[in-house]
Amino acid sequence: MKVSKEEVMHIAKLANLNLRDEEIDKFTTNLEDILNFADIVNNAPVEGLTESFGVNENYNVFRKDEIKVFEDNEALLQNAPEKDRNMFKIPKVIQ
Amino acid sequence: MNITELTVHELKDKLASKELTVSEITKAYVDRINEKESEVGAFVTTYCDEAISKAKEIEEKVNSGEIKGELAGIPIGIKDNINVKGAKTTCSSKMLENFVSPYDATVTEKLNAENLINLGKLNMDEFAMGGSTEHSAFHNTQNPWNLNCVPGGSSGGSAAAVAAGMVPWALGSDTGGSIRQPASFCGVVGLKPTYGLVSRYGLVAFASSLDQIGPITKDVEDCAMLLNIITGHDEKDTTSENIEKVDYTKVLKNDVKGLRIGVPKEFYAEGINEEVKAKLEEAIAKYKELGAEVEEFSLDVAKYSLASYYIIACAEASSNLGRFDGIRYGYRTENYTNLRELFRNSRSEGFGEEVKRRIMLGTYVLSSGYYDAYYKKAQQVRTLVRSEFNKAFEKYDVIITPTSPVVAFETGSKSNNPLEMYLADICTVSVNIAGLPGISIPCGVDSNGMPVGMQIIGNRFEESTILNAAYTYEQATKFRDNYKPEFKGGAE
Amino acid sequence: MSRSDYEVVIGLEVHAELSTKTKIFCSCPTEFGGDPNTHTCPVCMAMPGALPVLNEKVVEYAVKAGLATNCEISRDSKNDRKNYFYPDLPKSYQISQFDKPLCEHGYVEIEDDEGNLKKVRILRIHIEEDAGKLNHNEFGGGSLVDLNRAGVPLIETVSEPDLRSAKEAENYLRKLKSIFEYIEVSDCKMQEGSLRADVNVSVHKPGTPFGTRTEMKNMNSFRSIVRAIEYEIDRQIDVIEDGGVIEQETLRWDDVSGRTFSMRDKEDAQDYRYFPDPDLVAIRLPEDYIEEIRKNLPELPESRKERYTSEYGLSEKDANLLTASKYMSNLFEGANKICNNPKAVANWLLSDISRILNEKEMEPEQIPFTAEQLAKMIELIEKGTISSAIGKKVITELFENPKDPEEIIKEKGWIQISDEGAIKEVVMKILEANPQSVSDFKAGKDKALGFLVGQAMKETRGQANPQMLNKMFLEELNK
Repeated sequence: MKVSKEEVMHIAKLANLNLRDEEIDKFTTNLEDILNFADIVNNAPVEGLTESFGVNENYNVFRKDEIKVFEDNEALLQNAPEKDRNMFKIPKVIQ
Repeated sequence: MNITELTVHELKDKLASKELTVSEITKAYVDRINEKESEVGAFVTTYCDEAISKAKEIEEKVNSGEIKGELAGIPIGIKDNINVKGAKTTCSSKMLENFVSPYDATVTEKLNAENLINLGKLNMDEFAMGGSTEHSAFHNTQNPWNLNCVPGGSSGGSAAAVAAGMVPWALGSDTGGSIRQPASFCGVVGLKPTYGLVSRYGLVAFASSLDQIGPITKDVEDCAMLLNIITGHDEKDTTSENIEKVDYTKVLKNDVKGLRIGVPKEFYAEGINEEVKAKLEEAIAKYKELGAEVEEFSLDVAKYSLASYYIIACAEASSNLGRFDGIRYGYRTENYTNLRELFRNSRSEGFGEEVKRRIMLGTYVLSSGYYDAYYKKAQQVRTLVRSEFNKAFEKYDVIITPTSPVVAFETGSKSNNPLEMYLADICTVSVNIAGLPGISIPCGVDSNGMPVGMQIIGNRFEESTILNAAYTYEQATKFRDNYKPEFKGGAE
Repeated sequence: MSRSDYEVVIGLEVHAELSTKTKIFCSCPTEFGGDPNTHTCPVCMAMPGALPVLNEKVVEYAVKAGLATNCEISRDSKNDRKNYFYPDLPKSYQISQFDKPLCEHGYVEIEDDEGNLKKVRILRIHIEEDAGKLNHNEFGGGSLVDLNRAGVPLIETVSEPDLRSAKEAENYLRKLKSIFEYIEVSDCKMQEGSLRADVNVSVHKPGTPFGTRTEMKNMNSFRSIVRAIEYEIDRQIDVIEDGGVIEQETLRWDDVSGRTFSMRDKEDAQDYRYFPDPDLVAIRLPEDYIEEIRKNLPELPESRKERYTSEYGLSEKDANLLTASKYMSNLFEGANKICNNPKAVANWLLSDISRILNEKEMEPEQIPFTAEQLAKMIELIEKGTISSAIGKKVITELFENPKDPEEIIKEKGWIQISDEGAIKEVVMKILEANPQSVSDFKAGKDKALGFLVGQAMKETRGQANPQMLNKMFLEELNK
């Protein structure tokens, strides 16, 4: 398994990370090492086995359609890096 | 009487007999923090003043009969990825350095209901990613047994604080060994509950299908007591199981006669430190002596589990950590002119290297063209691991392995090679992959006096079985009577 | 080559906001409006550590929608994460459904361009959460994020590419809207954005494979959807005719300029990295749950239509038009219950009222007056208190200033002249002024009577009772 620098840069874009050149090199090597190791999952005797998305046997866990108002609305905005009229402020987005 | 050396069940008895007051206990711990925290660095935030006034308040209410509850006023430390309303939840990340939580985690509500006193938020590897607490964005935590060594991780702050007597007990979280491994490194007891036993609501998610909150305590009885507090069905977490509550203090029988113990030979093979192996063999011999039936067997899942673990955990993490985008909370870069720069620079500057590495890995394995080869396969491996454990539990009540292939290592000695670091989780991750309960208890020290941990794994919701097995061994060997952390080394 | 040489292929992805009381994964209200970020909690604001719990009504409503559109309901379903970064998406993933939607393989019937019934296949209906809203900041610059809408439940209905014209696309969308309204899962208000459609369009020459499709977003009325499709068909044909190739891309429709614009920034790679949401457990719907919902489905337009022709004797066409909108149909039934005159009610709704809706570009649900008011107006005509001509004026007034029609006619002085003396006076005056018509009538030209009545109505500004006029003119003329 070979990981290319270009792939790492593409993945960084998807993950919204801005990597420095030396980080790209390092992560390319790291990813290659780790993926080569992780590749053993492809040798595991799993033919015909279903996927376990979790270990939980629960299903149909639903909530009633009843309104509960979160009491401390102010606390939800207290961590905003920048806000204006109770909204989160960001650079202009052209839609 | 040295208050901070007492277990919680001892404190509870002394509160009941009025030998001690709530304020005296809290004061003793605050003093201990003032004495030892500069050496150990277990906390991200301490609430000493708040704790002392809270202790007074609780004491009055207890005296006036307004609050009952035999644990009212007992202090606790909380890993810094568990939300406490009005307190910072940093996850030891620059990303959340100033984040004040707007709400309580479900476990926090449960601690509050018992009137426990929060002494502070405990250091960890950033976003629980790591096994040494060296990946905290703020500072390292030192191992109380040897200050030059790591306390393990990611719940290193929790384990070190308990070992150093700065908190009587603590909450940690465990995704691939993050409670058990630091407990093992710090010579304390740590339990990862069955997936679904403890609500994850309010635990900052690393890998949602693996994360569990659990106790880190001085002994097994305390562990059972804290587990009693935090378990229970929660409507806010759909993966929380709706099962009847068990009083775990009632299952400690001090008797393992006829207990069927499986010893998976693959967990004692290459890569396991000889001294660790020797301690485990002694412990297993002890169990035989106590009347348990021990059998070696083959459980060849560790490597597959580990690979599957890193694929699944990183995939989930890459998505779970998407919300840290610099908009609603958390770190925001100063260096941006448009939205893309705001996103990318905030995330790149706010996350540490290990977190970024795992986000990259997780994004990679989920990306188009690789999903089937990695993520899908890993989920199939998960099915395989579960079924192998199911088979084992038809024959055995518990499975015993080392908690970690090694004892606590020196700070700075390992962090350069990520793969090597990941391989060190080999003994613990299978338990998370299969959603099983696992407890780590100390089973001696190596030639350098560093604690060795034994992991006891049970079937799903068999916390009672592993707690009793651990308790019985503990009562027979009295680790705490024989060994104490000595705060060796440190500043030259 | 011309436009008629190309075949148009259209598919729709329709998002309908479900009319549940609370959001899909938390207990915040879904109510429209409210101060910014007040309908929020740690879950829909994606605070670290918060977890989603699925609203049971969302599943029920989606199953209803599936059954009403002839879908198979999945016994096994789950929620998946669709990962992408956008400031209106607080978790940086949308909880949606990827490979196991709740409903699959359905269809609805619409009228095609030739007026024949046509089945439009539905590929799937799945549940997902809505995003928040970005507001332009008119003072401080930048944009502002409001998360009140974040987490409002949606169903996305994806059609097969079975539509062949803008008109068919409109008919299909109207059909879906009407069905969702009937089964009461969504109020489908396009102007509030509770019904939205993304349109995929491609063109190709018959006998050749389908062309590359483009996806258009941001249309918020039927009119703009039709315009956008027409524009895009022309654009694509022009590109091909000029020897160019259609690029697969997402376009934004701009209603003001009447053009589409490329939306996605080329630098933003799209790879949603879907995977099952580990915070939510599987959905497994038992047969009896689905049957219970099927049993309790409200009456659908088809069945109402049937009833209108058999019970009320309405024509197929009128029944069709009336039932196309649940609101219109309810108005019909409500008014008819009071005045018991189905033909009159149908006539008023389909002629004058529909004409005004068209002129005003309004949807039936925006009709401001009630069924009672409409019925009252019809009763006033029946009783002879007003003429139909005044009735038309009352309807216009009801659109402007809805209130009791009796009050309207009193205020406006529109009460019909039914006083015999007054009518006679007018009749005599008109006869005197039109001797030619009188002799025409006597010569056998019956039409002349109509002219005379018309003149009398004009004289009384429509207030004279037409039956009395008729009768009195005949009496006088036959004298």
